[in-house]
Amino acid sequence: MSRYVIGVDVGGTFTDVFFLDQETGEVLTAKSPSTRGDQSKGFLTGIGMGVEDFTQIGTIIHGTTVGTNALLERKGARAGIITTEGFRDVLEMRRRDRPTTWGLRGSFEPVVDRPDRREVPERVLADGTIHTRIDLEAVTAEAKALADSGCESVCVFFINGYANAENEAKAVEAVRSIWPNDHVTAATEILPEIREFERLSTATLNAYLQPVVSSYLERLQDGLATKSFGGQVLIVQSNGGVMTVDTAKAMPVRTALSGPAAGVIAASEIAKAAGFPNIITCDMGGTSFDVSLVAEGEAALTAQTAIDFGMVVRTPMIEITTIGAGGGSIAWLDKSGLLQVGPESAGSDPGPVCYGLGATRPTVTDANLVLGRINADRPIGGALDRLDTDAARAAIQRDIGEGLGLSAEDAAEAILRVANAKMAGAIRLVSIERGHEPARFAAMPFGGGGALHTGALIRDVGLGSAIVPRFPGVTSALGCVVADMRHDRVQTVNRLLTDLDAAATGAEMTAKADEMETLLDEAGVPFAGIERRFEFDMLYLGQTHTVSAMIEWNGDLTQDAIKTAFEAAYKTTYGRLLDGIPIRVMNYRVAVTGKRPALDMAVFAPPTGEDPQEATRPVYVNGGWQDARVLQRLALPEGASIPGPAVLEQPDTTIFIDPGLTGRVDKFGNLIIEEV
Amino acid sequence: MSLDSVTLAVLKGRFEQIADEMDATLFRSAFNPIIAEAHDASHGIYDAETGETLVQGKSGLPIFVGVMAFGVKAVIDKAAGNVSEGDCWIFNDPYDGGTHLSDFRLVKPVMRDGKVFCWLASVGHWHDVGGNVPGNYNPAATECFQEGMLIPPVKLFDRGEYKQDVVDILSANSRLPLSLYGDLNGQINALDLGFQRMESILAEYGDDVIHEALMALKARAATLMCAEISDLPDGTVSAEDWLDNDGIKDEPLKIALDLTIDGDRMVMDFSRSSPACAGPVNISRSTTIAACYVALKHVFNDVPANAGVLEPVEFRIDPDSLLSATAPKPVGGYTETILRMIDVVFQAVAQLAPEQAMACAYGTINALSLAGHRANGQRWVMFSFFGGGHGAHGAGDGLNHGNAPISTATIPPLEILEAAYPVRFTQWALRPDSGGDGEYRGGLGAVYEIELLEQEARVALFGERGRYAPQGVVGGDEGAKNHFAFEQDHGWEEPPMSSKMVGIQITKGQRVRLETPGGGGYGQAKQRSKAAIEADRQKGYIS
Repeated sequence: MSRYVIGVDVGGTFTDVFFLDQETGEVLTAKSPSTRGDQSKGFLTGIGMGVEDFTQIGTIIHGTTVGTNALLERKGARAGIITTEGFRDVLEMRRRDRPTTWGLRGSFEPVVDRPDRREVPERVLADGTIHTRIDLEAVTAEAKALADSGCESVCVFFINGYANAENEAKAVEAVRSIWPNDHVTAATEILPEIREFERLSTATLNAYLQPVVSSYLERLQDGLATKSFGGQVLIVQSNGGVMTVDTAKAMPVRTALSGPAAGVIAASEIAKAAGFPNIITCDMGGTSFDVSLVAEGEAALTAQTAIDFGMVVRTPMIEITTIGAGGGSIAWLDKSGLLQVGPESAGSDPGPVCYGLGATRPTVTDANLVLGRINADRPIGGALDRLDTDAARAAIQRDIGEGLGLSAEDAAEAILRVANAKMAGAIRLVSIERGHEPARFAAMPFGGGGALHTGALIRDVGLGSAIVPRFPGVTSALGCVVADMRHDRVQTVNRLLTDLDAAATGAEMTAKADEMETLLDEAGVPFAGIERRFEFDMLYLGQTHTVSAMIEWNGDLTQDAIKTAFEAAYKTTYGRLLDGIPIRVMNYRVAVTGKRPALDMAVFAPPTGEDPQEATRPVYVNGGWQDARVLQRLALPEGASIPGPAVLEQPDTTIFIDPGLTGRVDKFGNLIIEEV
Repeated sequence: MSLDSVTLAVLKGRFEQIADEMDATLFRSAFNPIIAEAHDASHGIYDAETGETLVQGKSGLPIFVGVMAFGVKAVIDKAAGNVSEGDCWIFNDPYDGGTHLSDFRLVKPVMRDGKVFCWLASVGHWHDVGGNVPGNYNPAATECFQEGMLIPPVKLFDRGEYKQDVVDILSANSRLPLSLYGDLNGQINALDLGFQRMESILAEYGDDVIHEALMALKARAATLMCAEISDLPDGTVSAEDWLDNDGIKDEPLKIALDLTIDGDRMVMDFSRSSPACAGPVNISRSTTIAACYVALKHVFNDVPANAGVLEPVEFRIDPDSLLSATAPKPVGGYTETILRMIDVVFQAVAQLAPEQAMACAYGTINALSLAGHRANGQRWVMFSFFGGGHGAHGAGDGLNHGNAPISTATIPPLEILEAAYPVRFTQWALRPDSGGDGEYRGGLGAVYEIELLEQEARVALFGERGRYAPQGVVGGDEGAKNHFAFEQDHGWEEPPMSSKMVGIQITKGQRVRLETPGGGGYGQAKQRSKAAIEADRQKGYIS
């Protein structure tokens, strides 16, 4: 009875649902308002819009922002920390940094208050020797005190626990035996990696999120149970893979970027099917512009990210670079008269001037409106009836035009140029600056506003083309359905390569991979195949930053094989090898991925024979007004070719094709924009 | 041709990216933690003729922003017009280039049509450059010769040819030649990368546009700075602060600033400061100017980081002053003096614009080195800088355990230190009662206690603020003073010169303990809210 596979992405405003009917091969999308406070309600309503009988649902895959929001809004649970005597301030002291280079006005509030960070006698040395045995009575007493004072979760973290977790394991056992719920995080179970602050921060955020994310997932499961749902729920991780609900409850920190990761995965699948293995995804929202790089079908991962100043999460995540340039970014002239866009944003309330909600400072959206790129009578999102073009023009004229000596239209174009330049900078950062040739990449905009700027991005960065998916608004929900299942493990080794028992290490890594493959088997999800990936983080003796080297081997792993892999990776990264300097192996990493069956993107095939309802509208481009064709995007048939300037409208986005570019509809309903 | 302001905005981002990327390349590939973890390095793009800073990376050490201009100028003077494609100079002369001997600079031209178009430079703090004390913070130095090797600008690459002889000389003068070799390679990589990026942006936009853009960005910084100065009331204010001593003679040294605002011009007059001293807290004139630059950038943080910032500022520095030292006066402890200069600028600005003011930060780098030999005979040198509290400001309490205003350094993880050296931290904690009281409280300093696990070690500390605490502003109280102690057979001892000492011997099981200053307070303590005081008490920030 597993007729449907359903992807659900809960965003700030809408819950998007993507249904795949495995019997007919048909797809359906639905949108319901997100329910703040308890996202599970909107979740169930959204699914109910497409499927009445929940027993027919096989798998639901969910990209959630519950964890992300709890971190950004600081609405996690009250958590406690039990730690080594002398070190309760590690979380608060960070790595002795500050929020901004210039100006010493920063502040930092750790997510766990100082009185809730308790010390116990214990100490492990860097080589794994136990210097002081764990005092379990003290552990129990502190755990009780934390629970009594109202902590809902607790994290146990000891210095050098990565080198020997014995003290930590005993303490965790003692805490678990008395803690009133399941919310006990062991730091090395989350991350057995050297660097105390990064490990503690990641583990603490796990504890901080656990009550919130667990109770959400439980409500979700309860709600599904009342509808007699008998299938499997999977949660998208920040690394773009999915995990079971049980894993998500134990390791909620892995959901920190769940929603955005699903979008990147979908983008990469859509693009791969369309013949574009190399893309840069561009998600433009109201306040920010998020870019990610997908090379040869693989999304770039990063080992660590900071959610906010001092809130470091160190688990593999899809690398998402964010800059403060969105539709709501405010344009202004600085004291020297130079035009700036952002980082300040008008957000959605009051929003851009054209919303008529009381804002007076012009934004990127106002500029797009004044230039005719957006339809004033059909605002996206449906909350407003129409946009006020005159007010937008007046604000741009007053704030920007007068200072620069430009007309309102020229000033609006200047705003877009500066905004585009910032976006181009973000794209350059993830592509050129990492050695990727931009001409080989296509931009894939999703989210509401990105498709207005693709033409400029193609030209500014020298990208080959842009590909706009058929439904940019539900990309993340689709991503849930196609995401692979993935598990990662890391272990600090910290030995000279010449001292390493390579064969034993190789066997240990294989055993870890076997263990994770068992986890995949237990999830009860069909896979098209399983992939293993082994890596070493290595460095020359004396360095502190590592280079990751991927490695494969048959039979016994050898020191020579590891050295060869390191030198190849080092050479690619820095150019010059340092012969004669000993090599140190810091960590090994194992990732096991269950590849999910591919979705046939032909389900998005465009219709034939509908009327795209053509009209014209003046748009201002390159210093003058031109008549642009305005077409209904979803009605365009396969093979349609639209030269710019043209505006394509659809309910969840507007696409602008610049003069000199052409848009072409492919057989999957994507719009490919290229130079003529 | 004339450059439109939109293209200028676009190019500004591109230039900054080039400098940032040079920074990132060196941070990731450097060998010593002072560069790799503490980011004690910097890269930028510099004027072809004057060497002035045109563009600076965002992640590099702030103090280098100002000082690198002098370094590039030193190379321009040395080369005297004799520059070829593929050349690259290396040097560490602090009297020409500013700062101290540990900072090695590499300077490389970008050439167009046989002429220098601009310079690229890389500076990084090397782990050991010889001298009497491992790590080169020698509080007992009376001449630069005791602080390390001094290399004037010499060619590391001559028309692309690598001068192995130069590297051999450098290596032979360091206790840690491998670290030196690794860092040097990282700096070469960073410059190579910057060079490629400059070549491609020049090819894309043309020489004229790029030249015009670089000049326009400098002019823009000057315009912004003039606008900021104009917003301050006209008049003269004065501020004084003190260094504990110079490490040789136990007498305080005065840093005095008379700051005059006259329309959109500013005069920074340091004439009333102490004369040059015997010990290593002297700084060269170039370092003094660079320190003022850092202080002004903290106050006016929207002004871009380039030479234009200093255009409307006039400096008056007495040639006999400890703020314009010449060879061979020792300058190894330059960090302490420039931190005090930033303190006096903050104090002066607080009198002119209380709402913009920040109280003094902890004000000492606390360069601590522990060195010895492992049981197997292997030599080790652990050298690190420690954090303290930031000053309170008009919008809130100071940051606890921040980095020094002159740097963006992060502290190495203690687990990395324990894995690399035979030591064990017995405490790594915030220091209660160290933040200066006020309507807004200064940030807390820290307590670091370290136990030796093997054999013997030789310990040296170069610190400050042991006698004179970080000042509050607008009526705020001072933060706690620096305090250092070390264990001996008969108990704990303190250095006679407060925070400066060399030659301390400890043996296995003995500890050293460093308690760093908190930041100064802002506004009067009696204005502080009851809720804030209660929260401080609950958190144990105050006892």
